[in-house]
Amino acid sequence: MPPVLELKGITKRFPGVLANDHIDLTLEEGKVLALLGENGAGKSTLMNVLYGLYTPDEGEIFVRGQKVDIHGPGDAIALGIGMVHQHFMLVPVLTVTENVMLGMESIKNKLFLDREVAAKRIHEISEQYGLDVDPYAMVGDLPVGIQQRVEIIKLLYRQADILILDEPTAVLTPQEVHGLFQVIRSLLAKGKSIIFISHKLKEVLEISDSIVVLRGGRIAGSALPQESNERSLASLMVGREVILTVAKEKAQPKEPVLEVKNLRVMGEGAHVVVRDVSFDVRAGEIVGVAGVQGNGQTELVESLTGLRPAQGGAVRLLGKDVTHASPRVITEAGTSHVPEDRQRDGLVLSYPIADNLIMNTYYLPPIARGVVLQEAAIKERAERLVAEYDVRTPSIMTPVGSLSGGNQQKVIVARELSRPDQLVIASQPTRGLDVGSIEYIHSQLIRKRDEGAAVLVVSAELDEILSLADRIVVMFEGRIMDIVPIEKATREDIGLLMAGIHPDEHGADVVATKEAA
Amino acid sequence: MNENSKDTRRARTWGIVFLVFAALMLVLFLPGTTGSQRTTFAFDLELSEALPIGSLTFSTQGGLYLLVVLAVFLGAWQLAKGFKQVYLILGVVVLAFVLAFLTWAARDNSMNMTGMLQATLLRAVPITLAALSGVMCERCAVINIGIEGMMLTGAFTSALIGSLTQNVWVGLFAALSAGGLMGALLAVMAIRYKVDQIIAGTAINILATGLTSYFSSRYLQSIPELNRPPTFVQLPLPVLSRIPIVGPVLFTNTAPVYLMLILVAVIHVMLFYTRWGLRTRAVGEHPQAADTLGVNVFKTRYVNVILGGMIAGLGGAYLVLSSVARFDENMTAGRGFIGLAAMIFGKWSPIGALAASLIFGFADSLRTNLAILRVPIPSQFLLMAPYLVTMIVLAGVVGRANPPAADGQPYEKQ
Repeated sequence: MPPVLELKGITKRFPGVLANDHIDLTLEEGKVLALLGENGAGKSTLMNVLYGLYTPDEGEIFVRGQKVDIHGPGDAIALGIGMVHQHFMLVPVLTVTENVMLGMESIKNKLFLDREVAAKRIHEISEQYGLDVDPYAMVGDLPVGIQQRVEIIKLLYRQADILILDEPTAVLTPQEVHGLFQVIRSLLAKGKSIIFISHKLKEVLEISDSIVVLRGGRIAGSALPQESNERSLASLMVGREVILTVAKEKAQPKEPVLEVKNLRVMGEGAHVVVRDVSFDVRAGEIVGVAGVQGNGQTELVESLTGLRPAQGGAVRLLGKDVTHASPRVITEAGTSHVPEDRQRDGLVLSYPIADNLIMNTYYLPPIARGVVLQEAAIKERAERLVAEYDVRTPSIMTPVGSLSGGNQQKVIVARELSRPDQLVIASQPTRGLDVGSIEYIHSQLIRKRDEGAAVLVVSAELDEILSLADRIVVMFEGRIMDIVPIEKATREDIGLLMAGIHPDEHGADVVATKEAA
Repeated sequence: MNENSKDTRRARTWGIVFLVFAALMLVLFLPGTTGSQRTTFAFDLELSEALPIGSLTFSTQGGLYLLVVLAVFLGAWQLAKGFKQVYLILGVVVLAFVLAFLTWAARDNSMNMTGMLQATLLRAVPITLAALSGVMCERCAVINIGIEGMMLTGAFTSALIGSLTQNVWVGLFAALSAGGLMGALLAVMAIRYKVDQIIAGTAINILATGLTSYFSSRYLQSIPELNRPPTFVQLPLPVLSRIPIVGPVLFTNTAPVYLMLILVAVIHVMLFYTRWGLRTRAVGEHPQAADTLGVNVFKTRYVNVILGGMIAGLGGAYLVLSSVARFDENMTAGRGFIGLAAMIFGKWSPIGALAASLIFGFADSLRTNLAILRVPIPSQFLLMAPYLVTMIVLAGVVGRANPPAADGQPYEKQ
């Protein structure tokens, strides 16, 4: 029997770039093929070729042994190829049913939408594959994990049997990833075949039947999960040895730089989301804040950086009270901030790199003389930082928005860490980045620590916290569950704390008592 | 706990608002009246087929007190127990306020309510059509600021072609085509060339004003035969037109008025219950999502914007062929823009747009009526009324209206 899908010699050129260079892929029925590669390796281009969004310059596509031409999503759908995009293609103000039926609507009386028939089919698909969802719910009201189910249902509704999942775990919590993998297994059991695109090594090893690694638009190698490990895949992906565990000396903590006492912060909708939080960060150490997304970490960081007012408690920076200080005062006191949403809060995407690099120093000499910006100084600084922080860009005048995620983050890190800071606050510093960039940003944070700065890292990735932090603050529902020194931290214990459970000293788990608000 | 206390606070605020309305009625209208004054609301129109029902005459103060008591009662009930449908009750209270105003304005005098409602509907027709044109375009994410210009083009074309052919229907059809052409122009600029849509719409307004003004002053004003179009005749619907009040207001109208009402209903049903509507809304909210499911974003937008232009053209033709029977420079007088306000007020839904247009139409017809009654309010202020209503409505009552998410953004295939 021929494979369900075969790509032979796919080549796609863009002006100045060879995005795909003679790529061969084979997907067997009922299997998961993982497509591994860093951002910009050509994974998305290849899948867009397969989905008909791009026309390849060379190469052939075979579906079940038949040579096919795909000119648009319509052709792909007709061949049974469906794709879940990294950024969901869902209309938030429409219901699940409306989103699913869009483009192939059920019609009654020759004119009117037949929502009941569509909802019934969605229900059947839900049952069959364990994709539980309310057909009449507004998509915008659903959590991300459920929205992803809707995307998968959309494909099954169109009777797709080759499913492309583009970075499906990037937006999910660990529990949701687990749920997704169960769905994938039930899809396989029903004979569906899946292309799983990712740069997360652990997930690829867990779910795939075979692995193809792309690098720079070419196939860098292929592997079987049972014969590979994270290290071997990472070096295939990056093209050199990669240090997965961060090398660092034991911390030499000195005086406290940041002291937080009984801090209370309100979230959106006037709910208290940070409840009486107290901790400190000392010079020369990295404190990691662990916790499942949405347990008050975002608001905590916003409050510490002056972006969100504190409702109670005190924040002291180098002994000075900054509880109600403005962001500029906090910045000038020696704080640098790598924000959680780099595109929204960290950069002005349409501005060139050079201008983004002076965002918090534009009013100071030598960048400004009086009210006039000094072009030469701006250029000089940009050239220096781009070289020093290894930002890969054609020029310092390139708009930041056209860089890859990793390079965007490097611009922020260059801007923030190039100042003589006493405190570094980095929120989700490596979210969505490739291995190379992660490695680089981690090393920069550790360099900062070793230079004597206090570093606070907030991350939803437990691995990142475990490899970076000297002490771990675990947050759950706005409270600090515990503060654990790295020597005593284990994956299991931190994981339990993140779920609100105190690992008891005698080995028995007791549920944390929730005091009344 | 938090949610609940917020809800009670909001409920209480509404109760206080109702009481403030009651107090305003007392303070504003009562002092100017005497116990012997009487107000008459007439309901019969001359030359109407409707069965006569006479008129209502009552003591001015008595009527005012009754309305105040109603508002006080509703306010007190809201404070004590709360209504489920607060907005409906708000409507009732505002209506009581308006009635109190009319009672006061028509003291020692008579006001024809049926006439006023009729004027309300007629004045709302062009505004509604403008708003519908906006709904058609913005639901698929093309902002149409050029409605005013499209209406003006429609008005001019209907006057010229109507005069030449002496046939209202040909005039109407010409206006539809002209509006559609302007729509196509906007579509090409906004969709094909991705011009900023506000600029493109403004360009259309300037183009339409310039062209129609030039041709009007050069030809239409000097050659009377070119500016003498026929007008639509009234088509009273059998039986229905004989119902008192409703008959003359709703069922004794010209073809374009019926057409407007039908269009509101049809577009509403189409938008929310058909394939075209689902695709239009998806294209307006998340064009890429629609594209990946095989919906042709560009085609959807072209079709909708051209249809929107045709509806605006119809609005222009109505101004010429239903009443004045001639074209004058800038005769649309900002109705296209008020229509855009009605579209927003009506939250981008056809029925909402009609309701909002009726409010604007009412403000407009109130102005004329009050002038006739010699109400001691300077006429300049009355002239401002519809625009004040527009601003208040846009700033306050609508609250946060959510336009289609992709509104105004050109679509580029990746």
